[in-house]
Amino acid sequence: MKYLDEYRDGDVAQKIVGEMRRIQTRPWVLMEVCGGQTHAIVKNGIDHLLPEGVELVHGPGCPVCVTPLEMIDKAHAIARQPKVIFCSFGDMLRVPGSHGDLFTIKSLGGDVRVVYSPLDCLKIARANPDKQVVFFAIGFETTAPANAMLAWRAREQQVDNVSLLVSHVLVPPALEAILQSPDNRVQGFLGPGHVCAVMGYREYEPISARYRVPIVVTGFEPIDILHGTLMTLRQLEEGRAVVENQYSRVLGADGNKPAQALVSRVFEVGDRKWRGIGNIPMSGFRLREEFARQDAEKLFDVAEIATLEPEICISGQILRGIRKPHDCPAFGTLCTPQRPLGATMVSAEGACAAYYAYGRHLQPPIVACAPATVHG
Amino acid sequence: MASVFGSCPLPVLDHEQIVLGHGSGGKLTADLIDQVFLPAFKNPILEKLDDQAVLTVGGARLAFTTDSFVVTPIFFPGGDIGRLAIYGTVNDLAMSGARPLYLSAAFILEEGLRVDDLRRVVESMRIAAAEAGVALVTGDTKVVNRGKGDQIFITTTGIGVIEGRVNISADRARPGDQIILSGYIGDHGMAIMSQRENLEFEGAITSDCASLHGLVAAMLSTPPGDGSEFIHCLRDPTRGGAATTLNEIAKRAGVGMVLREQSIPVRESVRGACEVLGLDPLYVANEGKLLAVVVPERAKAVLHQMREHPLGQDAAIIGEVVAEHPGMVLMKTQIGGTRVLDVMFGEQLPRIC
Repeated sequence: MKYLDEYRDGDVAQKIVGEMRRIQTRPWVLMEVCGGQTHAIVKNGIDHLLPEGVELVHGPGCPVCVTPLEMIDKAHAIARQPKVIFCSFGDMLRVPGSHGDLFTIKSLGGDVRVVYSPLDCLKIARANPDKQVVFFAIGFETTAPANAMLAWRAREQQVDNVSLLVSHVLVPPALEAILQSPDNRVQGFLGPGHVCAVMGYREYEPISARYRVPIVVTGFEPIDILHGTLMTLRQLEEGRAVVENQYSRVLGADGNKPAQALVSRVFEVGDRKWRGIGNIPMSGFRLREEFARQDAEKLFDVAEIATLEPEICISGQILRGIRKPHDCPAFGTLCTPQRPLGATMVSAEGACAAYYAYGRHLQPPIVACAPATVHG
Repeated sequence: MASVFGSCPLPVLDHEQIVLGHGSGGKLTADLIDQVFLPAFKNPILEKLDDQAVLTVGGARLAFTTDSFVVTPIFFPGGDIGRLAIYGTVNDLAMSGARPLYLSAAFILEEGLRVDDLRRVVESMRIAAAEAGVALVTGDTKVVNRGKGDQIFITTTGIGVIEGRVNISADRARPGDQIILSGYIGDHGMAIMSQRENLEFEGAITSDCASLHGLVAAMLSTPPGDGSEFIHCLRDPTRGGAATTLNEIAKRAGVGMVLREQSIPVRESVRGACEVLGLDPLYVANEGKLLAVVVPERAKAVLHQMREHPLGQDAAIIGEVVAEHPGMVLMKTQIGGTRVLDVMFGEQLPRIC
């Protein structure tokens, strides 16, 4: 398939890995920031292709994983109400709160729906004027424009029965939190391609300079990830630390200006709790006061719900790249996607779930497969 | 568990009620069978857990199976619930190598269903049954209150006869056997999903629903020799997709499997739709495809025979059975890495971004 197969070519991959081997003089620890990148790495077995001593640790960029338990409980409290249609991106449905998940609420009669676009909520709201349609607006800067558009259109078109439960987070403050941590191991970042497609990458330049760390904004196909890794290695080996753009076929330095304008008209930056990490100052979006009528947290009086995170789950350390999923004694045994104990096991983009889905809990020695005698 | 996670407020989900994932054909479905149905009905025939029971009655070997159909929408590109209800049961019979003979059909109709729609479904069942050479010989009709059903649910039960020495079962896969897929995967699931979600993709995706008994008969007659000698397993990868079906065979036979991603036929349109929606075609349902496990020295001949048949034109050898890592299916990825294909654990959920 055009625009896909070119980025999954095994021969190109071998060339890039060969170049890594040629320039590498010592071990390095890199972090891929996005959950989508983690998913691609494990799905395609990219980490197994890398030269020894080039380690990829998995970052905090899975939107489902970092949504705090408290917010999930608020979502569930709203979704349980009879006059509510609760709309969400698909992978949020399996995330357990303190009392079950959205699938459970659905099975008990709650009206829970998966939407592909936040704007679908407007259609649902018009078709159900006696119900309040609540959209679970989570994610990084990537999903913010579409979510902002829902609030904007709902207000503009006076669709009064639409509201948003907002738990938006921002990448740059999370990178700083990782770099400031005393046990940080990360020496270079594969930056978040889709986040930067919206926001551009200028805001990463001060971080790169302040912490002397290379940041290479990287795409999501296997060749993108290998290429981004090579570019980061080059900087490390040459002693440089700047922001570079591997994903130039999609984005430029300034990002998508109209999207940014919409986001800043609807949202403002505020403190945000991250699941497994805790409170990070000025690390998320919340609805501006003008959009109070679209703010589900205000409409449903759930602001008082407070939940403690489990102490035992190491997902916080996994999200900061300090530990890997299989360092957890519960991984793949007590904790599975079917019965997740921690956030990183829940979403397909979560590091633990990606490890599990692609069999890292049972990875045997790899055996060779004889070449096909007949091609299909 | 309490000692390790005593203070953990995250619940372990034991699902005190049925959730949709229990019907997905993945791990949750298997749990339900293991924990609720098998303990109650345990017997040597049921325990084989094939898609059909093989019964010996007065010297004849009969294949016997049943299946319920609850698809929304009831009409979709490439088919409808009626056609599915015939093909689904005919295919389950065919996967034992049986010649399908007789079907029953039970209808649960929701109050308010248009009689015209029912007629359309029934007409399409008539055509499908004629095509498959089966007679619908008994049936039942019930009507439930509006809101207590979803237009129409159909259950079909079928009987077929297994001739000669044919002995096809999931537990017969042996190391060295080749794995053949009869054509493009994911068409049915993506056709339903694009219709249900009103998604339009370049190049419409239509369901592959088809009756596979003819293709199976052609495979069994691969010259020279007796098909029962060289075809070890046949399965149609419906719910849960090809990955789940291969896992079932690997576990039942106590063997491993290695697939080659590049050999697996997936249509551009289906691949594109799956990329957009964040789904994996290997876990998407099919209704007119089969997976065959065939002894290595006859694999090419069977493949050739399949490609001569209209439903097997795009058949391909996608991997092989190995002695290593029993119960596990590995795949060599296009990029040169390796991943494990596990059983789907519930419904496939679209990813956020």
